[in-house]
Amino acid sequence: MYTQALNVKDEPAAAGDPVLEARFQAHVDAELKIEPNDWMPEGYRKTLTRQISQHAHSEIVGMLPEGNWITRAPTLRRKAALLAKVQDEGGHGLYLYSAAETLGTSREQMFEQLLSGKAKYSSIFNYPTLTWADIGAIGWLVDGAAIMNQIPLCRCSYGPYARAMIRICKEESFHQRQGYEIMMTLARGTPEQKAMAQDALNRWWWPSVMMFGPSDSDSQHSDQTMRWKIKRFSNDDLRQKFIDATVPQGHFIGLEFPDKDLKFNEETKHWDFGEIDWTEFKRVIAGDGPCNKQRMKQRRAAHDNGRWVREAALAYAEKRRNREAAAKIAAE
Amino acid sequence: MTEQKTEQHWPLWEVFIRSKNGLSHRHAGSLHATDATMALQAARDVYTRRGEGLSIWVVPSNAITASDPTDKDVMFEPSESKIYRHPTFYDIPDEVGHM
Ligand SMILES: [Fe+2]
Ligand SMILES: [Fe+2]
Repeated sequence: MYTQALNVKDEPAAAGDPVLEARFQAHVDAELKIEPNDWMPEGYRKTLTRQISQHAHSEIVGMLPEGNWITRAPTLRRKAALLAKVQDEGGHGLYLYSAAETLGTSREQMFEQLLSGKAKYSSIFNYPTLTWADIGAIGWLVDGAAIMNQIPLCRCSYGPYARAMIRICKEESFHQRQGYEIMMTLARGTPEQKAMAQDALNRWWWPSVMMFGPSDSDSQHSDQTMRWKIKRFSNDDLRQKFIDATVPQGHFIGLEFPDKDLKFNEETKHWDFGEIDWTEFKRVIAGDGPCNKQRMKQRRAAHDNGRWVREAALAYAEKRRNREAAAKIAAE
Repeated sequence: MTEQKTEQHWPLWEVFIRSKNGLSHRHAGSLHATDATMALQAARDVYTRRGEGLSIWVVPSNAITASDPTDKDVMFEPSESKIYRHPTFYDIPDEVGHM
């Protein structure tokens, strides 16, 4: 789900073969898919590898803030739903790692880039989940923003990425609805419960709005990815779409958005909104968010603690192969 | 990370799923597993969490022989140029009705 990888810099189109490049671009312009073994410019391969792998990392790291509440979910129904959602996110990570692998980078290399801190993941997952209402806010807002970002990616020019996104988008809708339902239940509950929902909205609203990446005026990187049809809409267009869709949903359950400039513009038929704190965004991306260190520590621990499982599975498969080979020889 | 050099990678498998509606197995995606049994279990968890299928095939990725994309013009040209293979090539009077 979470495509802040869109904020990465484009790889410069290295001087390649002009004939092949023209043919490639014509193919893309005709809305045909590029497949793993097709010729592609090096910059296209690099940009996509980075975007898809960072997208995968975001799915995997994104399991941590929500996993934090699985054992404390208020009812069995909520627990089952949250467990299923977090499992889906793990699946999304796997689809995306597979798609990225088709470009020639191994999953192990991508893991290494994440664990060494070289690769980024969506800044939203560096915020803490302090109360149960945060689980509602994440599903409603974070998955909601993710859906806005991901739907156009279903038409991405790279076949394996587009196909992975189609699967993912089908699954995301449940995530957003279960989150909104949590918020609605709290907002219609006791005054304390409503205050808890409002507090979660206050904390998650701006980070969710920032998920769409820097403002168009500050990102000169979209041109090439647009031409390659990796990206279809600008950050600001998607952000506006998200705000327009989400604000009425919040008002419907009686919650207020932490933005005093938020106002429906009768002329444009869009919601006008206040200034985004880009210094906070940059700070969190650069590693100085509330939970960056904790997330990476947990990811590394999970990877290290799983090593014996990976090794044992390989050893077991090898033992079985050897045993089968020996039985075959004995039978001959 | 030194693990990169020492840790052996799990092989890649392609997953094919046959859905309820009677269509043939269809490529769903790929995954890593140490053997076929594990690949089947992982495919169940990764690709059929919402009743997507009734049957799964897993195939080691390196067992697949694929046509070469650079040959695709030559490879598929014969099917492009033979319009008489399509029903619309033949003129049947309207009075004959649906055929
Ligand atoms: Fe996701
Ligand atoms: Fe999700």
